[in-house]
Amino acid sequence: MFRSKFNLKLAAVITAMSLLLNLSSAHAKEITLLNVSYDPTRELYEAVNAQFAKNWKAKTGDEVTINQSHGGSGKQARAVIDGLEADVVTLGLAGDIDAISDKANLLPSNWQKRLPDNSVPYLSTIVLLVRTGNPKKIHDWDDLVKPGVSVVTPNPKTSGGARWNFLAAWGYALKKNGGDEAKANDFISALFKNVPVLDSGARGATTTFVERGIGDVLIAWENEALMARKQFGQDKFEIVYPSISIRAEPPVAWVDKVTSRHGTADVAKAYLEFLYTPAGQEIGAQNFYRPRDPAVTAKYASQFPALPLLTIDGDFGGWKTAEAKFFGDGGVFDKIYQPGS
Amino acid sequence: MFENFGWLSQSQADPRKSATADPPLVRFALIAIAMLFLGLFLFIPVAAVFAQALQHGLGEYLKSIIDPEARSAIRLTLMTAAIAVPLNVLFGVAASWAIARFDFPGKQTLLTLIDIPFSVSPVIAGMMFVLLLGVRAPIGGWLYDHGIRIIFAEPGIVLATIFVTFPLAARELIPIMQAVGSEEEEAAIVLGAGGWQTFLRVTLPNVKWGLLYGMVLCNARAMGEFGAVSVVSGHIRGHTNTMPLYIEIMYNDYHYVAAFAVSSLLTLLAIATLIAKHFLERRVIPVPQKGADEIETKVAA
Amino acid sequence: MASKKNNVLPGFNLTLGFTLAYLGIVVLIPLSTIFLKTFTLTWAEFWHAVMSPRTLAAYRLSFGASLAGALINSVFGFVVAWTLVRYEFPFKKLIDVMVDLPFALPTSVAGITLTAIYAQNGWLGRFLEPHGVKVAFAPLGVVVALTFVGLPFTVRTIQPVLEDLDVEYEEAAATLGAGRLQTFARVIMPALIPALLTGFALAFARALGEYGSVVFISGNMPMRTEVVPLLIMAKLEQFDYAGATAIAVVMLVVSFLLLLGVNILQRWSSQRLAA
Repeated sequence: MFRSKFNLKLAAVITAMSLLLNLSSAHAKEITLLNVSYDPTRELYEAVNAQFAKNWKAKTGDEVTINQSHGGSGKQARAVIDGLEADVVTLGLAGDIDAISDKANLLPSNWQKRLPDNSVPYLSTIVLLVRTGNPKKIHDWDDLVKPGVSVVTPNPKTSGGARWNFLAAWGYALKKNGGDEAKANDFISALFKNVPVLDSGARGATTTFVERGIGDVLIAWENEALMARKQFGQDKFEIVYPSISIRAEPPVAWVDKVTSRHGTADVAKAYLEFLYTPAGQEIGAQNFYRPRDPAVTAKYASQFPALPLLTIDGDFGGWKTAEAKFFGDGGVFDKIYQPGS
Repeated sequence: MFENFGWLSQSQADPRKSATADPPLVRFALIAIAMLFLGLFLFIPVAAVFAQALQHGLGEYLKSIIDPEARSAIRLTLMTAAIAVPLNVLFGVAASWAIARFDFPGKQTLLTLIDIPFSVSPVIAGMMFVLLLGVRAPIGGWLYDHGIRIIFAEPGIVLATIFVTFPLAARELIPIMQAVGSEEEEAAIVLGAGGWQTFLRVTLPNVKWGLLYGMVLCNARAMGEFGAVSVVSGHIRGHTNTMPLYIEIMYNDYHYVAAFAVSSLLTLLAIATLIAKHFLERRVIPVPQKGADEIETKVAA
Repeated sequence: MASKKNNVLPGFNLTLGFTLAYLGIVVLIPLSTIFLKTFTLTWAEFWHAVMSPRTLAAYRLSFGASLAGALINSVFGFVVAWTLVRYEFPFKKLIDVMVDLPFALPTSVAGITLTAIYAQNGWLGRFLEPHGVKVAFAPLGVVVALTFVGLPFTVRTIQPVLEDLDVEYEEAAATLGAGRLQTFARVIMPALIPALLTGFALAFARALGEYGSVVFISGNMPMRTEVVPLLIMAKLEQFDYAGATAIAVVMLVVSFLLLLGVNILQRWSSQRLAA
């Protein structure tokens, strides 16, 4: 993907300049990266890409163009497995990058250990979005199973984001009932009885709640809820933070097989490392993702209230276990929808 | 089945004949029912597309259409249609010639096989190209190793589009070719004309409206295909997003005006091709019309 | 191979060869992958994939809603075709052109727009919901979407036959003392039945596979408003390719048999007509 500029005049000028300024590279290279991401990160990575390209040019003199691809997290993972040449993947859950490693062996299985914080540069959590005035008095997960409350959440079978929603509710029920799985099961069944629409993706669910006026409460990622308020009016919706939620961890990784073929290993790694720098963290926070850098976290403290958070690895035994138990064929979610129930 | 798929409009029934005319009340009621039905299922949805596209005025509308990403999607869609439509029309001509002019064993099976893409879900259509040409499949893996990219690149989009529009031109041409009959062509051959000459001078003028309508339909469907293309595109912004995929992305990003502006553009493109077909047809109507009538009388006799 | 009666015409080998090669490359080889993938399942796995209660519920909805949509289109498509052919009224040409639009509009746009119109706060939904008629996010919404996508098929198959129908037969019937309704039932309908069947079958087959528009309007509730193509997507999402192709094979075989059945029925009815 490297292409040299064969503009002689320009090359001559640059050569002269590099001699004068003692620059390391003789002439600028053009590099293209493909970032395969999940649905709601378009604005985040647009901002990241612009800043990173500027930094990279200042540092190396090379022009880097980052192409973006967005779609459902699982669908994007499948595309990479089947040959979409992603230099980096930035997906909604670690399970999807695990699948790329397991099924296509495009990156090592310990990929999560290669970058700080388990390769999760930004966090989010699951919150409840209600209409202004909170007419149904929804304050915690308990309120979602009350009769007459209508809950909107996407289908965890087709939406990676919705799996975090599901686990947050389940985790709450389990904690509340002292680890009694049968009671947690009843809780989650009662919750999904109150769901009138299961959209296939997270954005679809937001649209159903916001534009179609369906439901009293939307279970959503915090960044999605903040984004919806920004898009549709701060006065129209309120965010309710439940007593406990889950730490949503969208991970990032470079895809070794692809970067080595493209010769983009260095720039791909630098791109992802940029996300951890104060500047990268700042962009994340501006796009409503919870930063990890302490200084940036302090700066945006008012935007992201602290609350107890469960974790996928600590409380659910990691994605592989959770996928099989909750969302696999005949798993907990499937059992909610039995004939006659 | 094929006899009735000639969507080519031919002679208008004469409304003046009193014996065959319906009472005004019936006529009015039927028109009202038809318009109510079309209203609910067609006019209102189409009007809604334009209403949403123009909700913030014409300026926003135009801005959304000339956005570089939108332009790239429009370009890719037009390019895809420009490859898929001629190929399928060529196939339609070949298939209709073989089927309408000759008898051979297995003809009925062939006819049914041509229908198959109608009954394949677009999602499945996309998936089967991934199963065949994805990097994990033998053929796909070999191509990939040799630097040939089909899936998640433009050729995959074109292939998926060809599949979903596959039967349209053939379906249009076969019944017309059958209705026109082969007498004129046989006469031409007997009189010493060559095969190509006969085809160009005799066959083509007889079926050109069917050909044109087949192209229009094929084109409309090619530009609008979403499901199959979505599976094989890779969704790389500014590179492998067609208009329908771009619309979905804009909609998901809350850019409703942009989503519906591009939708309305697709609608306008479709209406424009259909109207163009109408005018072309009217301007040159006497010649093929006469031919068709003559042949009809011949067949009837 | 070619029958001797037509053998003065050239090009048989060329055109049939091209037809078969193109059909093979574009349709048959890709389609074979669906079957090959399904063969990787054991019989028990296949049975489990295609016969689970949720899949059965989805078949019921997909077949039921496609049937309803195709029937609605057959009845009203006939009325539309009849008015377009037989009557004159303002904007007829434009309306005629617009009938093809569901063909050109991306199915996702159709789905989004229909949902916006028929949701409880939509242009039409706001009048329907107070009367207890729930369209969006209910099975009725699936029927609406499938009616939309199938509309051109019935209108465009019936229209040309109506145009070709010789009014002399109707005149003759009228001269012989038949009432208008009698003429319609005895003279017009029999000639239209093959076209109606074709239009119905095409609209039905198209509706069975429809995904893009349905996901928006159906609500996707398991056991209630989940269509078969959505189940296939859900299987793919779990990286269960073979399970997805198994369901696809069932749908494919069923709709193929349906098209074939209609083909045979139609040939039979036109033979009876000719006799």
